[in-house]
This record gives sequence, C-alpha cells and structure tokens, in this order.
Amino acid sequence: MDDLLAARSQMAMSLAFHIIFAAIGIALPLLMIIAEGQWLRTKKEVYLTLAKRWANGTAILFAVGAVSGTVLSFELGLLWPAFMGYAGAIIGMPFSLEGFAFFTEAIFLGVYLYGWERISSRAHLLAGAAVAASGALSGIFVVTANAWMNTPAGFRIVDGRPVDIDPIAAMMNPAAFTQNLHMTLAAYAATGFVVAGIHAFMLLRDRSNLFHRRAIAIALAVGGLTAILQPLSGDRLAKMVARNQPVKLAAFEGQFATVQGAPLRIGGIPDERAGVTRYAIEIPYGLSFFAYGDFHATVKGLKEFSRDEWPPVAIVHVAFQIMVACGFAMMAVAAWGAWRLGRSGAWLDSKPFLRALVAAAPLGFVAIEAGWVVTEVGRQPWIIYGVMRTADAVTPMPGLVAPFTTFTLLYLFLAVITVWLLLRQVAASPRKFKSAER
Amino acid sequence: METMQFLSIEVVIAGVLVVALIFYALLGGADYGGGVWDLFACGTRAREQRTLIAEAIGPVWEANHVWLILVIVVLFTAFPPAFAAIGTALHIPLALMLVGIVLRGTAFTFRKYDVQRDDVRHRWSLVFSIASVITPVLLGITLGAIASGRIRVRDGVVTSGFFEAWLAPFPFAVGLFALVLFAFLAAVYLTLETRDRDLQEDFRRRALAAGVALGALALGVFLLAKNGAPAVYAGIGRSFWALPLHVFTGACATSALICLWLRRYAWARVCAAAQVTLILSGWALAQFPYLVQPDIAIASAAAPRLTLELLLGALTAGAIVLFPSLYYLFWIFKGRNLSIR
Repeated sequence: MDDLLAARSQMAMSLAFHIIFAAIGIALPLLMIIAEGQWLRTKKEVYLTLAKRWANGTAILFAVGAVSGTVLSFELGLLWPAFMGYAGAIIGMPFSLEGFAFFTEAIFLGVYLYGWERISSRAHLLAGAAVAASGALSGIFVVTANAWMNTPAGFRIVDGRPVDIDPIAAMMNPAAFTQNLHMTLAAYAATGFVVAGIHAFMLLRDRSNLFHRRAIAIALAVGGLTAILQPLSGDRLAKMVARNQPVKLAAFEGQFATVQGAPLRIGGIPDERAGVTRYAIEIPYGLSFFAYGDFHATVKGLKEFSRDEWPPVAIVHVAFQIMVACGFAMMAVAAWGAWRLGRSGAWLDSKPFLRALVAAAPLGFVAIEAGWVVTEVGRQPWIIYGVMRTADAVTPMPGLVAPFTTFTLLYLFLAVITVWLLLRQVAASPRKFKSAER
Repeated sequence: METMQFLSIEVVIAGVLVVALIFYALLGGADYGGGVWDLFACGTRAREQRTLIAEAIGPVWEANHVWLILVIVVLFTAFPPAFAAIGTALHIPLALMLVGIVLRGTAFTFRKYDVQRDDVRHRWSLVFSIASVITPVLLGITLGAIASGRIRVRDGVVTSGFFEAWLAPFPFAVGLFALVLFAFLAAVYLTLETRDRDLQEDFRRRALAAGVALGALALGVFLLAKNGAPAVYAGIGRSFWALPLHVFTGACATSALICLWLRRYAWARVCAAAQVTLILSGWALAQFPYLVQPDIAIASAAAPRLTLELLLGALTAGAIVLFPSLYYLFWIFKGRNLSIR
C-alpha cells in the first residue's frame, strides 16, 4: 500500500467511523427531548424511562464521537498538511465556529446527563434542547467546509497561491446549502429508522410493551418525516452537482458519452476501459430531466474530460445506486407507516409493518456511508475540486500504513464495545410497561 | 522588533491561542491528572478515591476537552503554515497522543455504562488511567519540540525529518513536567471535591508530593533548555519581564505548597492555577514572536487580514456564549466548592 493510498484509507476510515456517531449525535438528542417533553406534558412514566434510556445512548455515542472528531481535526494536519496550509485561511472559519458549537454541545450534555436531580425540569429540558441544536449546528459547519472542497469559492489564484481570500464567500459556496440540507435530513432519517427498527424488533417479541410503542412513534415521527423529504433534497443536490461538478454527475450515472436526452440508469456496472455501463435499466431522457429539468438537455459524459480527471467511476456509480435505493426504500416504509397511522390507532399491531421497520433499520446508515463515498470518491482526484489534487496534499511522512493500521484496529475495538454496550441498554427491556393500553 | 507588532491582530489571536491552551491545562489537564491518581489509587480508601475522581470529572471532562479542539481550529485558521509544519514534523507524537485521547475518553465512559462488576470496572480503569498518564507526556513532548528550535522549515517544507524535532531529552523532560503538573493540579482540586477528611488528606499528601516533584522537574527542564531549547532559554534569561515572572511564579508555587500544608485548600487552588498560568505565559513570552522556533513567526504565518478579523469576531461572539455556559456548568456541579472560603 503506497503512502497516498494509506493516507486516503485512514481519512476515509476515520470519517466513515465518525459520521455514524456524528449523525446520531445530531438526531438522538432530539428524540430524547421529545420524550422528555412528553413526560413533562403527560407525566406518564414510560416517557421518562425512554428519555433516560436515550440519554444513556447519547452519552456513550457522544464520548466516542467527541474523541473520533478530535482525531479528524488533527488528521487534517497529520495527513494533508499542504491542503491545510493552502486552505486553512479560506475555510478554517466554519471549523472555528464548529469549535464553539461543539463546546455548547459538550457543556449542555454534561448538564443534561448529570443534572437530572440538580436543576429544574424546565432547565433540564432546555439543556437537552441546547445539545440537540448545537449538535445540528456542528454538523452544518463541518459539511459547509466539505461543500467548499466540492465547489471552492471565496478566493482567486495568482501564481499558484490563493489571494483575495473571503471566508464568508467561501462558506456561502454553491454546494453549501444543498449539501447541508441533504446531510442534516439524512442524520435524522437514519437515526430515526435505526431506533425505530431496534424497538420494532423488541416489540415483535414483547407485543404488549408500551415502552417500545412509544419509542417507535417518536423515532418514526422524526425519521419518517425526514425520509419522505429526503428525495427532494437529493434532487436539488443532483442539479447542483450537474451545474458545478459535471464530471462527478457523469460518474454518478456511469454516463460516458455526451448526449442529448440522456437516460437515467438504475443499477448497472460501468466499464471504464470500454467506456460503457452495462446491465443497467435505462429510463429514457430521465437523467437530462432530473439534472437540468429538460428532457432534451445535453449531459456531458465522462469522455468530455481527460482521463486524469475521472473519479473511480464504478465505485461512485455503485455507491450512488445503493444510496438512492436505500433512500427510496426508507421513504416507502415511512409512507406505509403514515398510511397505517392514518387508518387506525393500532398501526403498530401489524407484524409485516414491524418486520419492515426491522429490515429498514440499517438502511439510513448504509445510505449515509454510501453517500459519503459518492461525494468524497466522486471528487477525486481532487482534494479541492479543480484546484488541488489529493496527491499533492498528502504529507511527506513515510510509513503511513502504520497509523492507518493502528487507528483501524482502535476503531474496530471501539465499534465492538460500543455495539455491545448499546445492546445492553436496549436488551434490558423494561417489564413494567406491559399493558393493554395503546 | 517593532512596537506595532505587539498590537497587531495576529498577535492578539496568538494570545487567544495561549489563553485557550492555559484553560486546557487548568481544566482538561486536571482531568488527565485525575486519571493519573486513578492509576495510583491505593490504601484502604482506593475505591473511594476512584469514585471521587470519577464524580469530579464526569460532568465536565468533555467540555474541558474542547479547549484543545479550539486551539487546533484557531491555529489552522489563523496560522495555516504553522499547523502544516507541526502536523508534519510531529506526526508521530501527535498520532500517539490521539490514541491516548481516544482511549482515555472512551474507557472513562465505557466504565460507567458497562456491567458494574469489579473485574470489568478494573479493566476499564486500567485503560482510562494508563491513557491518562501517556497523553499528557505526549502533549508535553509536542510543546517541548515546538519550543526546542529543532523543527526546521524552508519554503513551507519541513526539512528536519520526522524524529529529529521530538526525539531528544528536552521534549521528553517537558512531557514529564506536563504529566506531573496535571497530576498536581488534579490533586489540589480534588481536596475540594469532598468533605470526607480522610480523602482530603489522601489528596493533600499527593498534592504536596507532586508539588515538590514539580519544583525539581522545573529546574531540570530549565537546565536542559540551555541546550535543548536555546532560544527559549535565552528569552527566559534575558528579557525585562523574566525576573519578575520567575519571582512571581516561584511565589505562587511556594504559596500553593504552604496553603496545602496549612489545609487552606481553596487558596491552594488559586495559587496552583496562578502558577500554571504563569508557567505557560512565560513559555509563550519566551517564544514570542515565534509560533514554531525558529522558522515560523506569528507575522509571517498569519492568514490574510480579513480572515483574522472575521476569526476574532467569531472568537468574541463565541466567548459571549461560551463563558456563561461554562460558568453554568461549573456552578451546577462545582457550585459548593467554587468560592474561596
């Protein structure tokens, strides 16, 4: 493994690991304070138990998320010093703001987790709300920086150096809004579905337990609503990519030739050598319509660009297909749930629906991981699109396979322990809420 | 040196970096020190000592940890070449420090939420406390290497290699110094975390021992600096502020020990915190105007003015949110021992 590949692998692994904790850190506090709000409103103990359970989950996940986030902030310099030397002054601002959002999150999480008996119930709920809000804000600042790497703005290049740097314009880059919308919705949808799926699994074995019914209702209220909205934000994002990163869009679709009225491909395997995508179901004119809102719009194919500007097409295309498939499956399950709820209050009595929730549990996180492959691998060979190549940003440090291996083993260990601890929390299904009440 | 340089915006932001680092030492550092005393918990009250440490750092360690993140993000926003050079030359100690940071934080949390059985708790305690010992040493090595003048940079490229800067006696001495410093702070703070006289005595003795060791180490670091960090050594020796600073730091250190001896714990805490603040300020002053001795200066590494102005604005706005929130956190959990009695 050469050093560039080791550095990229370490960064990818660190991000893939951290993003799970970051996404749950954005959404789980929201579920937690909804449950607590319900407890304060109805005084039904089941909601208090739920809020405390989710708080325990948040505590474990936040600790892992905080330290893996620290690793990432250092890795920017440890692995990509040339990138940070070039871009720090342009795009450091959202990271600095993120520092304060993270501060707020950590402070009020401490207040929330340890303050149940020490402050008024209203202050406690507000502390939870501060955690939920600053968690979402943290994510938005970080994604803003990533969006800048896709659509750099806020500077000019003179003699290979950035001049006329405007950090505000950099933050307002073309991808920032849509990428943030997409990622924030994804965090809520993925977390909502995984929580709903776990409780659906428990409810299938423990049919009368009110605890799991209430949990699913709250988790799906958040996850289902965002899952239904998500395809709309995906559509906006694809149109943005079509305008700003046409080569990336071509890779999404495995579109090699430039054509008018390009088809939308479902599935298929791109063959970079032959320059064709095989075995795909093609919807005529679909891509032109979705990318440009015009059935006969011209879509630039990969062949329009020199080979050394192509991302790895097959990886990007397949990851894109996985992401979209997961997203639509989640939307369908959410719609099914809404339809069942609209028909009767006994919406959680259907075994097939609960089984569908269980099956859909991991889809949100599969979609998030696939989506990050799409956006990160799709940006290659650039670290700053069109400005700096990843190969030119990597540290001169030799032997990078060593830290890559170390951090991979460390994170595997953490993943195993975290899953085990969360299962302990979940498996202790409270018996006292067994009741006929719905 | 121009007088203007003292007043420029980049110097102000470099000052913010030092202040954030001081907060990290005073708060986050003490959390590591708590872990050190977890490792060395002994006697009939070992279990009570560990419980006290866990209760003291539980609600606050994650917030305290963020000071380090703030240092990093401000450094790479305001002084990108310095961040790039440090990340390259000190890749190895920083990567090892990250392993320590990860293991310390997660093991502490896992211990709380795992099965409450003695052997399981013991295993997590061991990971937590060993990581709490190793991490400050690596942090100290990093800071020592930055001060040493052994990181050489030419045209933005690190020319001194990946071992040269930190694999030397001086950075390791600073590492040890940081460890004992954090342990000292933690022991002093812990005397105020309990009303149990016996536990107070346990940590009073630990604080006194660590305080004396710290004095000896300070002398050792100073002597090693002559060859190990000549520019900083000269700065400490020559400058007009040097003598008063030394006297004041020494006075704080002595007062902290005297207050501990007299069991005036609240005053001991004030003196210890002042001592740490002065030590770090002295280092920063001795290194001024360099971020990384001797090739990266504050002015030459600074980002363009607009970036610095916006950053300063963000720091000000952030501070307006941060400090009341921090005060609230500490008021809730440390309220009964925040005041000086």
